[in-house]
Amino acid sequence: MSANPVRDVIVIGSGPAGYTAAIYTARAQLQPLVFEGTSFGGALMTTTEVENFPGFRSGITGPELMDEMREQALRFGSDLRMEDVESVDLAGPVKKVVTGDGETHLARSVILAMGAAARYLGVPGEQELLGRGVSACATCDGFFFKEQDIAVIGGGDSAMEEATFLTRFARSVTLVHRRDEFRASKIMLERARENDKITFLTNTAVDAVEGDTTVSGLRVHNVITGEESVLPVTGVFVAIGHDPRSELVRGQVDLDPEGYVLVRGRTTATSIDGVFAAGDLVDHTYRQAITAAGMGCSAAIDAERWLADADDPATTEMIGAHQ
Amino acid sequence: MSEGGATVTVSDDSFSQDVLSSSTPVLVDFWATWCGPCRMVAPVLEEIASEKAGALTVAKLDVDANPATARDFQVVSIPTLILFKDGQPVKRIVGAKGKAALLREIADVV
Repeated sequence: MSANPVRDVIVIGSGPAGYTAAIYTARAQLQPLVFEGTSFGGALMTTTEVENFPGFRSGITGPELMDEMREQALRFGSDLRMEDVESVDLAGPVKKVVTGDGETHLARSVILAMGAAARYLGVPGEQELLGRGVSACATCDGFFFKEQDIAVIGGGDSAMEEATFLTRFARSVTLVHRRDEFRASKIMLERARENDKITFLTNTAVDAVEGDTTVSGLRVHNVITGEESVLPVTGVFVAIGHDPRSELVRGQVDLDPEGYVLVRGRTTATSIDGVFAAGDLVDHTYRQAITAAGMGCSAAIDAERWLADADDPATTEMIGAHQ
Repeated sequence: MSEGGATVTVSDDSFSQDVLSSSTPVLVDFWATWCGPCRMVAPVLEEIASEKAGALTVAKLDVDANPATARDFQVVSIPTLILFKDGQPVKRIVGAKGKAALLREIADVV
C-alpha cells in the first residue's frame, strides 16, 4: 500500500453535487481530492438544453454547465482525478478510498456524490443490441437515426425531452409507456404531444428488442388487452429512470430499501461519522441539477463543521451528547 | 495523419492508409463534438496514447465530418472504440470507460 497523506476531505462523484461540494470545500481551504470517475459530469453530460438552472436565462447545455462547474472547482484548488473508485473503507477516523489503479487514498471525511445510473428494461435483446440500436443517450446517438423510425421508452421528463430532441433526426418517434399517466412535467409533456412526429403508445410494455446485428423491432404488448405486436423501429432509446449508484458503500452506510443513501434529518450526515452524502444518490424526490448542487453545498458545510468540531477537544463531548 | 496531442486524427479519406494499413494496432475513437460522454473519454485516450506510444496508435474520427467510416463499421452509438489489428476490427468497446477498464479490454492485443 502506498503512503498517501491523510486529507481533510475526499469527494466521490462529479455531477452538480460533487463539483459544488468541491467548490465549497476548496474555498474553505480543505484542499479536496475529487474522484470524478469515468462518468465525469454525471447525468447532465447526456442531456441537451438545461432550461431551469437559475442564472442561465437563455438555457445552457448539460455538458457546458458541467464544464463551468468543473473549472470553478479547479479555480479554488480542488485536486480532480479521473479515476474510478473501486472500493472504500469508511469505518474509523481515517477513511480509505481505493482507486482503479490500485492506489489507496486517505481522508478524515468523505462526501459521497456518485449520483444515479440509467436504468435498463432488462428484456431479451436489450444488452446484446446496446450500441447497435439500443441507446441510453439520445444526444449522443440521435444523429445516427436520420430519417428512421425509432422508439423512446418511458413516461418522465427524460423520455419527453429525448423524444422531442430525437424528432430533429428521426422520421418518426413512438413514445412507449406502460401506463396512461405520465410523471413528466406538464410543459415537457405538452411539448411532446404538440410534436407531429411523436406518436404516443400508452399502456404498453416492452417484451423484447429484436434484431441480429442491429435493432429491427420492438416486441410489445398492451397491458390491458394483452394484445401483442412488433413495432418496426431501428432505434430504441431507454429513458425509464435511474437507480442510485450506492453499490460502493452498500453494507457500510445505511441505505433505504431502494438503495438510496439515508441521511440524518435535514443534514447530509450518513450513518457513519465523517461521511456525508448528496445529490441523486440520496434524493429520490426532487432529482434536479439545482437540488443536487444545493445538497453538495450542504455536504461541504456539514463536512467543514464536522472537521472543525473534531479538531476542537472541547466540543467533542458536546457532539457526543447530541447524537 | 494530423497530430492532436498524443492521439492522431483520421478521416474517411485517410482511414484505409492510417488505420487499415497500419503495422501497429490502432484504437479508433468514433466521437463527435455534441457527445458529452465522448468528452469524458478523451483525456483518458490521450493518456493511453502517450503511455503506449510505439505499441499502439490512438486515432480520433469525428463521425459528423466522416459518416462513411462510421457507417462501414455500423457505429450507431458514441463513444465507440474499435481496435484494429492488421486491418481487421478485433475489439469493439461501446460507451465511456475508465482508464483501468480500457487497458484491461485491449490487454490481449496490445
